[in-house]
Amino acid sequence: MSFEGHLFLALLEGTVTGFVLALTALGLSLVFGVMRIVNVAHGEFFMLGAVIAWYFSTMPGGFLPALVAAPLLVGGVAFLADRLVLRRIEYKPESTIVATIGLLYIIQQLVLTVYGPYARPVAAPVYFRIDFPWFGYSGYKLVVAGVSAALLVATWLVLSRTTLGLYMRATQQDREMAQAFGVSVHRVYALVFSLGAALAAIAGALVVPVQQAHYLMGLDALLMSFIVVIIGGLGSLGGTLAAAFLIGMSDGLVSVFFSPTLAKIVATLLVALVLVLRTGGLFGEEGT
Amino acid sequence: MRRTRARAVWALHLAILLLLLGLQFVVPPFHQIMLARIMALAVYAIGYNVLLGYAGLMSLGHAMFFASGMYATGLTILHFGFGAGAAFGLGVLAGAIMATAIGLVTLRASGVSFLIVTMMFSQAFYLATLYFNEITMGDQGFIISGRLQPLVAGGREFPFSDPAVKYNLALVVFALSLMLSVWLTRSPIGRVLVAVRENEERTRLLGYNTSSYKLLALIVSGSLAGASGSIYTLMFSYVGSSFASILFSIYPLLWALLGGTGTTLGPLLGTALMTYVVDIASGLTSSYLLVVGATLVILIMWFPAGVMGGIRARWVRWLP
Amino acid sequence: MEHVSEGTRVASEKISRRAAIKAAGALVGAGIVGGVGGFSPAASVSRAAAQPARTPIKIGFQVHRTGIGAVYGRWYERTATAAATLINEMGGIAGRPIQLVPEDDGTDPKRGAEVVEKLAVHHKVDFIYGTLFSHVVIASAPRAGELKIPYFVVSEGYHVASGKLNRYVFQPGITDVRAQITGISSWVVKTLGKKITMIFPDYAFGYDHRDFLGRAVPALGGTIQARLAIPPTETSFSKYFARVPADTEVLYHVMVGPGVLTFVKEMGEHFGARRPQIFGFIDSLEGVDLASPGLEYLEGTHFWEAFPRYAGGYPTPHERFYRDRVGVNDAGASLRDPKDVSTYSHMFGCWETLFVIKQAVEQSGYRDPTPKDYRALIETLEEVQWFNEGIQHPQGPKKFVGQIHQSFGQQFISKVENRRLKVVHRTKIEDSLYPPEADYRKQPL
Repeated sequence: MSFEGHLFLALLEGTVTGFVLALTALGLSLVFGVMRIVNVAHGEFFMLGAVIAWYFSTMPGGFLPALVAAPLLVGGVAFLADRLVLRRIEYKPESTIVATIGLLYIIQQLVLTVYGPYARPVAAPVYFRIDFPWFGYSGYKLVVAGVSAALLVATWLVLSRTTLGLYMRATQQDREMAQAFGVSVHRVYALVFSLGAALAAIAGALVVPVQQAHYLMGLDALLMSFIVVIIGGLGSLGGTLAAAFLIGMSDGLVSVFFSPTLAKIVATLLVALVLVLRTGGLFGEEGT
Repeated sequence: MRRTRARAVWALHLAILLLLLGLQFVVPPFHQIMLARIMALAVYAIGYNVLLGYAGLMSLGHAMFFASGMYATGLTILHFGFGAGAAFGLGVLAGAIMATAIGLVTLRASGVSFLIVTMMFSQAFYLATLYFNEITMGDQGFIISGRLQPLVAGGREFPFSDPAVKYNLALVVFALSLMLSVWLTRSPIGRVLVAVRENEERTRLLGYNTSSYKLLALIVSGSLAGASGSIYTLMFSYVGSSFASILFSIYPLLWALLGGTGTTLGPLLGTALMTYVVDIASGLTSSYLLVVGATLVILIMWFPAGVMGGIRARWVRWLP
Repeated sequence: MEHVSEGTRVASEKISRRAAIKAAGALVGAGIVGGVGGFSPAASVSRAAAQPARTPIKIGFQVHRTGIGAVYGRWYERTATAAATLINEMGGIAGRPIQLVPEDDGTDPKRGAEVVEKLAVHHKVDFIYGTLFSHVVIASAPRAGELKIPYFVVSEGYHVASGKLNRYVFQPGITDVRAQITGISSWVVKTLGKKITMIFPDYAFGYDHRDFLGRAVPALGGTIQARLAIPPTETSFSKYFARVPADTEVLYHVMVGPGVLTFVKEMGEHFGARRPQIFGFIDSLEGVDLASPGLEYLEGTHFWEAFPRYAGGYPTPHERFYRDRVGVNDAGASLRDPKDVSTYSHMFGCWETLFVIKQAVEQSGYRDPTPKDYRALIETLEEVQWFNEGIQHPQGPKKFVGQIHQSFGQQFISKVENRRLKVVHRTKIEDSLYPPEADYRKQPL
């Protein structure tokens, strides 16, 4: 295939990856930004979304209801975790890490026992192939990109236009001040944690027809989300989007020129270098 | 008051070491191996704790230091027939060099940035072990037991396949690491590190070069991790990429946090606790991760500062 | 605490599942209930059927219950249990009942070595067997060698035969990758095409294919046009298909792991109707239903199989007997749940290896785990030349090469027709032989 073909493919893949990554990472970014904690189980929420989508795809209703059910169910799980555990340990950063690692093990084992160790495919709700001059491409992937973009816009609207969004931004900027103004920080935290999980779940549900549902798929999602969030800056939606695109594109583009494993190494090092040079990430606060 | 406290601290640690020394004659052979393994890995956790508990830097990339020690030791034995002592020294050195290099580049970042930067470098290291697989044998790995010569001391040979040799070697390395960590925390360097952890700005204003102190902590931490990787290789013979993966960076974090960061005995306790919980749980049920996860959640709810930290806060105030 | 894993594993699985669902509320309690529930009443029934008053032969079963190998682990455990039950019905080994002692190694090399220790030192088993994934085998084998306990691998890797492990390690129940590739390469070159592009994972399993096919194909007059190595963390494959040369005649793929379904999907999206011949290894799709959505593109492609998944591929009475006993239907899935597809080309190794152990014990007069009895067993086994086909070896006869501790057997090539696999070729054992590169018999015990 010609060079332009390779390049175009890389750009297309990068765009799709970027949008999906942004959606997956957004939840983590919000949790990081508002609650100042690391949720190691974030990837497991993503995986749960994918697995729930699989269950729905085997039932008469089909795959589409999962896009509503998955975020609701997973958000509920997250809400419980917040109430039962995180609140009790007072959101201390180090204790939260241990607690969320425990949560990760619990979720993984439950899924392994109930759903099984298999990687199961999910049929895409719409399937069509787009023929470009150099190659064929999955139409559903473009649909996923579009839906992700819509969800990102919706989240941005919630953050910037609604009262909840106002409370969240206030709590993120200055917790004590927000409390002084009557914002119930605990309620905001519970909502943010649930929202973060719901976003991850819907990303998982959207992506699963492109990949497959497997009980270990959360680890990769977690890793990528971490990276996006830190590069983009804590709690910054714009930053998350920019970082997701940077990573999505770079991976594809670099591997046009280098062998894939080498490309991954180079991409990883580039990411690390960006961080070192701009310690606040691209858009975040300095010195965080 | 300080003198008696100092003596109490040293006495306690000495007692623990003597206990470990004696246990090998009392416990069944299986637990002998378990304890040996725990001690070897506790060195990794102690190293991690020096950085986290005392300098306040949380890294997600310590597997690269552990693996550096592993590969340095393993490769020199396999390809050049190095003796165990030299290979071990190289392992520690590899950890130190790696830590120095990483430290010079990454210590400009701090907090969550440091977390991710260390994770990224570690990930790059992991991928490199896969890429250069003609040398490292990638994820399949290699074994050194065929080439490893026994230790020779006092005219007698001590082969590494002997469980007693494994146990006491691990004990010696663990003892040295533990004593190092105790000394460090009570020394002036240690106090500056704690000051850096509590408030770096203020410490710098007081005239201390905080960057050098952080780098020192990282080098010590990396060297201990390298030592752990090295001794683990000598004891169990296998070197492979899985020890450089992100999961292996999470373990010392988990062990240190569970045991109690900012305590000297916490890392040992955390390592032992996790190892035994996994072992006992997998003997009880095939869904053992459930038990492990639940245990973690429950323990951290009761002991938010780690088990040792909780013990120190509630009962034994003078624990270091 | 030992798991008594003979008898109906169905009961213990169901109990685990139920307990886990209850676990939404009572997490810790559920874990312990699950464990206690594992001692099913059926187990004691099986025990009563065995010879009374003889100490059991304990076989440590290192199984991938969790981790990336969990699909295989699940079926390995079912097959091993079925074989053990059958052996006990037949009177046990040398009149003694067989008892499996399973331990999960999480498909992790570090844990694998720990499990070997636990089985040998704590459970005091007579033998250890069952490991599949290469990196776990390589980490575990030295411990078995140090502890001087025979270690039977069901792995398909070339590591045993390469001579790099130790004299206590055997692989008598399953063939290795080198033999498989050697056996099928001439059919591929003659029937599918001479210009081959390889796509493989960029680690050990992939390298074996790269190296061994790389040796075999030129000798047959073909060429390997491109070698596309895919990093283990890859989730999207379109860019690799873009590198396949336009005039390639055969696309040879051995991708494994959960990403395979994406791989196939994207392969279809990329090539469409204009595609080369496609040849893969069933490893890619073990545990996966061929009729899954997204796998339509595999219609008309070929796969290597060790043991044909669909009944009728190798229709012998022994195969039928084996299939029924293990609980697999004619499409290769579980009789209880047709969505639960088996790892048919690998798990037979567990069955056959247990029978090899039985044969070795009975022929050597092995009694207790002493150095003397182990030596007798190992030396006896090294003298064995042939395992006959039968209910003990349903996959087919095996030639055993004692000096490399490895068995050689027949291989199958199947074509995907109407979403099922249909056997089109069966190799002879001689096709897959290669000159041995080591001799374990020269090593001291």
